[in-house]
Amino acid sequence: MNTHQTAPFKAADYKSDITPIWCPGCGDFHVLMSITKALVALGKAPEDIAVVSGIGCSSRIPAYTNCYGFHGVHGRSLALAGGLKVARPDLTVLVMSGDGDGFSIGGNHFLHACRRNIDMTYVVMDNRVYGMTKGQPSPTTEPDWDSALSPGGTGLSPFHPLVIALASGANFVARTFSGNIKDTTNTLLEAIHHPGFSFVEILSPCVTFRPDEKEWKNTVHTASVEPTDDPARAARRIMTDDGMNTGILYRGHRKPYGTHVEDQAGDLSILEKQFEI
Amino acid sequence: MPAAENSYESISLAIIGSGGAGALTAGAIILEAAASSGWYGIMNRSVGPQIRGGEAAALVRLANHRVDCMNKEYDLLIAIDWKNAERFASEMPLAKHGLVLSDPTAGEVPTEIGGLQSNIASVAMKDLAKEIPGGRENMIAVGMAAAIIGLSLESIMDIVTAKLSKKGGEVVEAGRKCIVTGMAQVAKFTDQLKLQNPEKTDAGRWLITGNEAVGYGAVRGGIRFAAAYPITPATEVLEWLAPALSKVGGALVQAEDELSSINMIIGASFGGRASITATSGPGLALMVEALGLATASEVPIVVVDVMRGGPSTGIPTKSEQSDLNIAIHGCHGDAPHIVVAPLSVSDCIFTAQWAVYLAEAMQTAAILLSDQSLGQARVIIDKPANIAFFAKRKIYQGNREETYNRYAITADGISPMAIPGTPGGQYTADGLTHNVRGAPSSTESDHRDQHDKRERKIANFDYGDHWADIGNPDVDAGSDFTILVWGSMAGPTREAIHTLGCEGIKVKLVAMRLLAPFLKQPFLAALKGCDRTLIVEQTHSGQFHNYLRSQCDLPGEIRHFHRPGPHLIGAQEIVDQIRDWKNS
Ligand SMILES: Cc1ncc(C[n+]2csc(CCOP(=O)(O)OP(=O)(O)O)c2C)c(N)n1
Ligand code: SF4
Repeated sequence: MNTHQTAPFKAADYKSDITPIWCPGCGDFHVLMSITKALVALGKAPEDIAVVSGIGCSSRIPAYTNCYGFHGVHGRSLALAGGLKVARPDLTVLVMSGDGDGFSIGGNHFLHACRRNIDMTYVVMDNRVYGMTKGQPSPTTEPDWDSALSPGGTGLSPFHPLVIALASGANFVARTFSGNIKDTTNTLLEAIHHPGFSFVEILSPCVTFRPDEKEWKNTVHTASVEPTDDPARAARRIMTDDGMNTGILYRGHRKPYGTHVEDQAGDLSILEKQFEI
Repeated sequence: MPAAENSYESISLAIIGSGGAGALTAGAIILEAAASSGWYGIMNRSVGPQIRGGEAAALVRLANHRVDCMNKEYDLLIAIDWKNAERFASEMPLAKHGLVLSDPTAGEVPTEIGGLQSNIASVAMKDLAKEIPGGRENMIAVGMAAAIIGLSLESIMDIVTAKLSKKGGEVVEAGRKCIVTGMAQVAKFTDQLKLQNPEKTDAGRWLITGNEAVGYGAVRGGIRFAAAYPITPATEVLEWLAPALSKVGGALVQAEDELSSINMIIGASFGGRASITATSGPGLALMVEALGLATASEVPIVVVDVMRGGPSTGIPTKSEQSDLNIAIHGCHGDAPHIVVAPLSVSDCIFTAQWAVYLAEAMQTAAILLSDQSLGQARVIIDKPANIAFFAKRKIYQGNREETYNRYAITADGISPMAIPGTPGGQYTADGLTHNVRGAPSSTESDHRDQHDKRERKIANFDYGDHWADIGNPDVDAGSDFTILVWGSMAGPTREAIHTLGCEGIKVKLVAMRLLAPFLKQPFLAALKGCDRTLIVEQTHSGQFHNYLRSQCDLPGEIRHFHRPGPHLIGAQEIVDQIRDWKNS
């Protein structure tokens, strides 16, 4: 029965029967819907897609899809996914993360994944808080946001993930809002199709620990300019906007990391010659 | 054949230099020439902390029989320079009959070296080299060593030509002149230190380092993906794998750190490719969280730890066995996995191949504990036999009509694994406690069942008799003592047992290759009837001894000899321990 079903696939083919643990109203529900729709549009069989994540509310997503999934350890999803993609270039690889998972504990991997430019899509569900551990500030949290762990706020400027991605060499950079499903779906699809490392920041409200983010639906706005292939221009735009600008901001032309693993017979005599006396 | 006077079955020499004098190259040429002349041998290096240009000594032992470790004393020291040699001196005690050949500009022979005044000679290697256009003092040293031991000019020139021909005929010719000149300097010593003729074998010989052997064994076992972050003394495993993997359809990725390298191999292995990384203690410390992930999500991986002195940055260039605790117990939670250790450089091939086989068969993490003394030693070995172990995962073939349970409870604890791309096999691998399907669960029964399953698959696996090398039972019948070791300590122990045997003291060897799981039954069977057992290990705290005590009641009378690096525990220390015990 090892036969591949062929397209068209329906949304149900990409969804598992596991009920998400998310709070009612969490932005991540919308992200899951957009992923499913983007995969239907992609039309690739679910068994040929891998969804890899770390730890956090957002990182629960793999098990809610009917693709191959990996729910790894906190902050290391990009490393795990990179190894998978190099070993299995035939798979479509999506990496799902949160702002704590991706920018704090996983920050170093973020820089190097952008540099390495392996052909995969990195989605960070940014809610500017650690949701799973119940409300601590993350690298994208405003400096004056009050919490039990950092009373009065951290006093630290938020991290600019899109600019960091550009500076580090990501090949595709976009921001969307989870509530805007159509836009998110289209952006994800473009990100998947774009060669190399694609980075999509999805503003995804944490209604429980950041109820103020319910307002995002009123404050996000579509970028009024066309995507550019000039990282400097893209960076200037991102640094000067209000952080709520959505759209595809950058499409680059860098050559993706070479993934050239192929099965070969086990003739090792070429390796043994160097040892022979 | 009775040995002629002044002929030896094993000769140890050191070539000492500094500032790019080429001592290590000289040692390598001698080892290779000896290999092509049919001898066995081993070369280790002793280097100072300087990145380049510091003191360096090539430590070479040649023999007419297989050797796994350095000898206790040195027969020949050639010093181009003695700079900082007091750091080495205690590592290379001179035998009573030992010769010292020293450049007059090298300074006084350090008093630690000792030796008879009549056996110390001055040879102006640097001046002689200067008289030859393009000449180098290390090649003079090669000529001197070759003439003393009995290596022919042709055998040396074959190696030099192969090494230098890229640089042009003039360079080769300069090398030849230096060697001939060197040979001529030592005429009065040439009948003092002859190496006996080698044992004849039909099997071919290989020249290989422990780090290369681990890489090669792993590829033989089916490894086709590696992720790498450099660290002394493990880097050569990765540098060997990089071109090797690309030749057999695999790939190596340089990672940004060890957190990344181990997660990369988990990803690649989840994708169906047998995967490996190599590191040393500091890197292993960073990897332990992900080691737990590999055991919980049941993704096979192999992690090589080429141990160095610890803790923390420790002594990067020196050997120790002190990562045993972290390898066995490092993971949080209950995380059964495999820990194996090669017993010699040639055994690095077998043990690495076996580690891949065990990890793949049991879908778990296997840690291979090598160390600097094995990894960076270059050794002449018999060409290894073909071994049947090849990565063989229990794979789920896919069926859209049924529900696939990735973590199904099975009798042997091993559940068929679906590889991405297999229709109907989709599941999410998870480090969270999960049910049989892989869905997160925190029920008591799922937690217990999965724990039981993972423990069972490792406890009940058939490891054959590879868990240890046990001394030849004929010889061991009625032995007076037993020596119990693991990993690289097997080398000096074998040598000590040989020496003790010549004195009429019969000693049995139990050298453990499989450290975890601990196989209590065969272990106790191997120690049955052993009244006096000496445990030997290169750690400060006695990690191996503590581990054994935690696993079973050791039979008979036990003594324990342990000390940390940087100097390797040698055969002589082990001999002394047994002699003392016998006389006490
Ligand atoms: C090594 C480690 N440290 C800490 C944690 C605890 N932890 C779990 S999720 C999380 C933060 C998640 O925040 P984010 O990535 O923003 O995801 P969200 O829950 O907001 O979606 C932390 C700190 C952990 N699981 N592992
Ligand atoms: S805590 Fe926040 S991020 Fe987590 S599920 Fe609830 S709303 Fe979503």
